[in-house]
Amino acid sequence: MVITGCIFTILKEGNLSGGMDYRLPITVTHSHKLDLYCLHKIIRGRVVLVYQDFRIRGGISVRFSSKNLVALVVLTVILAGASVANAKTQIDFWFSLGGQLGETVQQLVTDFNNSQDEFEVVAFFRGAYAESMTAAIAAYRAGNAPHILQVYEVGTQTMLLSGAIYPVYQLMEEQGIEIDWDDFVSAVYAYYTHEGDLYSLPFNSSSPIFFYNRDIFEAAGLDPDRPPQTWQEVEEYSRQIIESGAAHYGFTTGWPAWVQLETMHAWHGLPFASQGNGFDGLDVELLINGEFGMKHMSALARWQEEGIFHYGGRGDSANWIFMNEDAAMMPHSSALIGSMKQSGLNWDAAMLPHWGEPYPMTNTIIGGATLWVLKGHSEEEYRGVAEFLNFVAQPEQQAWWHKQTGYVPITNSAAAILEAEGHFEKEPYQRIAIDQLNYSDPTPDTKGLRLGNFVEIRNVVEEEMENIFAGNKSVEDGLNDAVKRANQLLEEFAEMYQ
Amino acid sequence: MMQSRELTSSLRNLPKCTNRRNQHTVWSLSKPCATSKERVIVMSQQVVFKKNKWLPYILLAPQIVITIVFFFWPAITSLRLALYRTTPFGDRTFFVGSQNFQRLFASPQYQRSLITTLMFSASVTLLGVAISLCIALLLNQAVRGRTVYRTAILWPYGVALPISGILWMFMMHPTFGIVPYFFEGIIDFNFDWILNGNAAMLLVILTAIWTNLGYNVAFFLAGLQAIPKSLQEAALVDGATSLKAIRYITLPLLSPTTFFLLVMNVVYSLFDTFGLIDAVTKGGPGNATEILIYKAYKDGIISLNLGSSAAQSVILMVLATLLTVFQFGFIERKVSY
Repeated sequence: MVITGCIFTILKEGNLSGGMDYRLPITVTHSHKLDLYCLHKIIRGRVVLVYQDFRIRGGISVRFSSKNLVALVVLTVILAGASVANAKTQIDFWFSLGGQLGETVQQLVTDFNNSQDEFEVVAFFRGAYAESMTAAIAAYRAGNAPHILQVYEVGTQTMLLSGAIYPVYQLMEEQGIEIDWDDFVSAVYAYYTHEGDLYSLPFNSSSPIFFYNRDIFEAAGLDPDRPPQTWQEVEEYSRQIIESGAAHYGFTTGWPAWVQLETMHAWHGLPFASQGNGFDGLDVELLINGEFGMKHMSALARWQEEGIFHYGGRGDSANWIFMNEDAAMMPHSSALIGSMKQSGLNWDAAMLPHWGEPYPMTNTIIGGATLWVLKGHSEEEYRGVAEFLNFVAQPEQQAWWHKQTGYVPITNSAAAILEAEGHFEKEPYQRIAIDQLNYSDPTPDTKGLRLGNFVEIRNVVEEEMENIFAGNKSVEDGLNDAVKRANQLLEEFAEMYQ
Repeated sequence: MMQSRELTSSLRNLPKCTNRRNQHTVWSLSKPCATSKERVIVMSQQVVFKKNKWLPYILLAPQIVITIVFFFWPAITSLRLALYRTTPFGDRTFFVGSQNFQRLFASPQYQRSLITTLMFSASVTLLGVAISLCIALLLNQAVRGRTVYRTAILWPYGVALPISGILWMFMMHPTFGIVPYFFEGIIDFNFDWILNGNAAMLLVILTAIWTNLGYNVAFFLAGLQAIPKSLQEAALVDGATSLKAIRYITLPLLSPTTFFLLVMNVVYSLFDTFGLIDAVTKGGPGNATEILIYKAYKDGIISLNLGSSAAQSVILMVLATLLTVFQFGFIERKVSY
């Protein structure tokens, strides 16, 4: 009697010097023999153990005794070890982009792996940003951190002060890879530099832009080629849209805190927080209850009441209102362009509205994530990390990444490639985020935000925005409470790092 | 479950033995009323390990190890962490004593969360148990197609809580939900749970109740079937209305089940509803649905404030312990069997 079973389909990917099939007969007991069959195949230049099964031959009463199992386990370990021994140096990369974006990340990694044969980057999807960061922290504390971790912009200060990171500029310097930092888009570069040096490599950066629905504009008798340029016009247009019955509401917004307060302050040349938005020190206070914050939030609150604006929730959850053509306009991340293209809507995009005089028109700030390198790995592995990051930053890769995802290219030479290809003529809306980021040279107030406990602060700000829009609090009380709560969090953060 | 079902089936045939039905450990049906069929389920056999004194401990070991590794060890770690403030990566740790707790109790957000939890728990428990009781009473009557109804009412319990949250979210969504769509034009149906805190609260309460309905009804039905019909009939013969029979006969005899369900529902609403809140409202809008368990998660995992989160876990732990003590102490003494 023969018992067969398949242990693994793929046991371990490795890099053996040649492919092979083999059979290992092992005597388990005096009457039972165990054969192990292994089949290796060459896939994309690498040897992969694709099939392994075992057979136990012997008398009729074949049973799995502990001896059989031990033999199997020992064998498996030996084989796995053998295939790893000659393997490429593995670089772990944890990322948080799901769906189509995640597939694009995997493609990028595969391209890198195929471009050389020393290193093997393995990309793991580790859930949303908050989850992967928590997982990486736990892994770091247990001594097996990933080499590269994708962290959202709100986690920057935490990473920077963590003592767990290997700054990207230093890594590149020590690995002898020359990178022209001046080529980086300044609004992107500035957000992630500390004392003039880049600490993490910008990976997916976006900026809010103003989406609108051309069909609704036409139905309301508006010129779809002339989107609103000021908030006053947004109000006017919205009234016309609602009165004509072309849509229920004028506009909604994605990412309420990021778009309506963080970006709007920078777009009007104003600080979001003291100490140069937190870049210059830890004793920071939020400044959103100033004159501008009050003005903008009062307008939004009034519009919410009148139906001109309709609050649709945090993050991406307002998308439905726009996709369902309930609202005609929506400021949202430029990374939404990919979904917009698939939506079937007759949409277009423009620069964000501005309040006009007396505020200057400056530049918007980015959102998204960067790649951080974590401490605790070997020199050889860091060489691979540096190679990979260098690969990601290449203009060709950046241009490709931008076209696939809608995230802005991080270098000017990547933008130049896209320009030369005529990409922006075909898709003019892809240019808006880049133009906004480059609208002026970033001032200390507009180069970015560097706050401790920023994740929580953004939550606090959004909670208070909701309280204001729901009519539970006045604009003044809501903003003051947001500032008070945020300052408390900033103080707690500073306490720990002083 | 198994026990109660066997119990129920046997008791239907043995009305005189009902007074013994909750003496779990020792109950055995007294001889005169036990037919050969029932004798099969007679319990209380004491197994004695004579040969090997260590065998019982070895048999218990896996459970004990699991309890230590997955319950005691994390609990002790939380206790310790609650006394420290630490940076997310753990490179700086300060002993702060009870400061984490002081800050929590001084924080208006935590006080609000306590009140929110109280409201949520009370609603889910009281409404859930009351509705289930009504349904169970209806299903206990001899109606045509009773089995179909019973099966149908058990279905929601098979749906994972976050999934049923998403189901309800889709149905009630102000932009594309089917419910607002039906009401549109008929009445001014404004259920914007994305912005309106009360609406959001109502939504999660409804979902939590709906999902747990099957569980509650199943227990109530089992409890109802254990009540001898003769008592009801006697009351009706004495001239009681059916409502009075329910009030004075059924409810008192059902009180052990009711109490058990009350406690189970409190535990459910306090701890199991995390997935629902996370899938539907994420504690918002404002902090309207931020119950304690969700706040502990949000502060710890999302905001990386481990000290505070640990302190919140300790508070929840104390709460759970108190509930258990209450359950054991109160149920055993105050409920009439």
